[in-house]
Amino acid sequence: MKSLIERLKSGLLKTRAGIEIEKFDPDLLEERLLAADFGLQATEQIIESIEKGRGRENWKETARQTIYDILKTVEKPIRYYKSPFIMMFVGINGGGKTTTIGKLAYQYNQAGKSVILAAADTYRAAATGQLEIWAKRSDAKIVKQPEGSDPASVAFDACSSAKAKGVDIVMIDTAGRLHTNDNLIRQLIKMKRVIKKIDQDAPHEIILVIDSTLGRNSLVQAEQFNNALGLTGIVLTKLDGSSKGGIVIDIAKELKIPVRYIGFGEKVEDLKPFDAREFSSALI
Amino acid sequence: MFSKLSDKLVETFKRLSKRGKLTKSEIHEATRQLRRILLDADVNYKVAKQFCKTVEQKAQAFLENPPLDPGKVFKNLVQNELTILLGTTALPINFSSKRSFTVILLAGLQGSGKTTTAAKIANLLRSRGRKPLLVACDTYRPAATQQLEILASKIDVPCFKEGDNPLRRAKNSLKFASSHGLDVIILDTAGRLSIDEQLMDELNKIKAETEPEESIFVADSMAGQQILSVADQFNKSIGLTGAILTKMDGDARGGAALSIREATSVPIKFIGTGESIEQIEEFHPDRISSRILGEGDLLSLAEKASSAIDAKEAKKTIKKLEKSSFGFDDFLKQLEMINKMGSFSGILKMIPGASKFASQISEEDYNKQLKTIKSMIQSMTPEERKNWKIIKGSRKRRIALGSGRKVEDVNRLLKQFKESMKIMGNMKKQRGIGGLGRMFSGKFN
Repeated sequence: MKSLIERLKSGLLKTRAGIEIEKFDPDLLEERLLAADFGLQATEQIIESIEKGRGRENWKETARQTIYDILKTVEKPIRYYKSPFIMMFVGINGGGKTTTIGKLAYQYNQAGKSVILAAADTYRAAATGQLEIWAKRSDAKIVKQPEGSDPASVAFDACSSAKAKGVDIVMIDTAGRLHTNDNLIRQLIKMKRVIKKIDQDAPHEIILVIDSTLGRNSLVQAEQFNNALGLTGIVLTKLDGSSKGGIVIDIAKELKIPVRYIGFGEKVEDLKPFDAREFSSALI
Repeated sequence: MFSKLSDKLVETFKRLSKRGKLTKSEIHEATRQLRRILLDADVNYKVAKQFCKTVEQKAQAFLENPPLDPGKVFKNLVQNELTILLGTTALPINFSSKRSFTVILLAGLQGSGKTTTAAKIANLLRSRGRKPLLVACDTYRPAATQQLEILASKIDVPCFKEGDNPLRRAKNSLKFASSHGLDVIILDTAGRLSIDEQLMDELNKIKAETEPEESIFVADSMAGQQILSVADQFNKSIGLTGAILTKMDGDARGGAALSIREATSVPIKFIGTGESIEQIEEFHPDRISSRILGEGDLLSLAEKASSAIDAKEAKKTIKKLEKSSFGFDDFLKQLEMINKMGSFSGILKMIPGASKFASQISEEDYNKQLKTIKSMIQSMTPEERKNWKIIKGSRKRRIALGSGRKVEDVNRLLKQFKESMKIMGNMKKQRGIGGLGRMFSGKFN
């Protein structure tokens, strides 16, 4: 099996049609960075760092280092300091929340942790069904209510049941709706408040799931979810295509939210803790 | 962040206009600014580069024949070019003239919104007298079939799921449709990566087996740079006839539309504009081009407004303004009307020049302020509501006491009221409501 770096790189190479840049060419580097959804500002900063520094001969290394320096600040894995450890997953529709939760549940189960999944997406048709299948795969319990019921009460049920039964981890799957939807944001704020009744420190993680195939709007999403909820982490999904998720650079620079995991495939093992070194090497 | 950029473009346009004449370097600078905006709207960098080149070239004509208002002319040039690239207004679905049914194949990346879109199209076509059949061709994603079934039952359209793999389901659905007198078959396929050869091959087989009249690429309007190559690969492997942009109710600027057009040249047929099943609309290139440029979407706003604002009420207000009898009751009515139009910041974003306020005002702030304002107005006597000029010292104290606010708050309300009257006076002249944001710039704590 190919390593993660190789897989991420092969995607990028496909988009570049195999062209390798050897001599430093700012225009080509700019294109490469833009194609990876870097913002223009970040792109210019990286190019400048090469033009100003002594890195022209070894420009690839300089660029990687610049990106690494930014990403290093957000390379912070989840710290499980409490039981039950309560995690809320939020994000827009189609970002990959349920799949991410499913993969994580499986990994926790393998590591010998007990897990409860809360089907708090009571809005999308069959969202609960999708989570149920993941629960079965990973031998996790699931707490659910009929479609249309109050998501906060589903979350509350799951947390109190976890506390009563001594379960290690609670993962709450929330409805995927656009960040511009005020009802959703209010619903999530309420959920957070209700969870606090179980444990004043909870939710211990509020994680935003970001689709790497999306562009600049992901920064706006992160900003708005962060303002409303105070995010503790990010999971970047769908890195198995040609998209590189360069937007994390902007998120790291502007919002400094830790990147917890990256997702890069359909299989349960295709979710790994974020590694800044690996990631910056794959980008350039 | 973006509105800062588009404001810069507006400034550039203005600067061009002030000078009254154009130089090569000014055109170059304006094009550079334009490129930043396109990139920030997720237009693919190659497309943006080519586009700017075309604009810069065409703008050279202004050097010899300097227009009276170069800024405006440059802006029109940009907008026209964008609109041309985006294609024409929605072409309808091509219905089969040979078979008793028409097949519509939906394909795209994971999470782009295919299943929801499938149900929306079924609902739309049914309302136009067709008899659609939804076919669940996604046997990979857990509960994908269930999702389509639920949506189908909500709109009372049959959902087909016989067969254990996508190809067999697609094949079987044709027979089912003919024998049940259904005339449109909508194939909801699994989300896939364009570089996944095996799954792309499967899509090809479904296409060969069902010979769809329409093969539609469903893409997220928030899609990033890579959507250009993704659309290109889908087009090369199955031959697209159209595209649909989803989640346009968000605040993404939808540069992906340009990339998809450039990569495939197929028309964009519909846009998805909300969560509920009837929220699908025809595509209007001119509206998207303003949105990409951050110019706001005035037409959509006008549509929203016309459904929320009572025309009689609006006329009354204008008359009152003319007679200077505009009072606090009217003010409150206006605020409530705005509220009815939906998300306040969403509205601001659609207004040219006001989008900069959108990020400053959160929805909650707005609702809170509306409540505060309401409580103060409700503490006024009918006389005070009609004639704000009589509100002086002791009246202010009474209003503050009645609404649980401070006198400063009442003062601020009066100031805002006066300002908004000024703005509405301007509105009448300009037929725009760009000043609305200012009404809420002073905060009550």
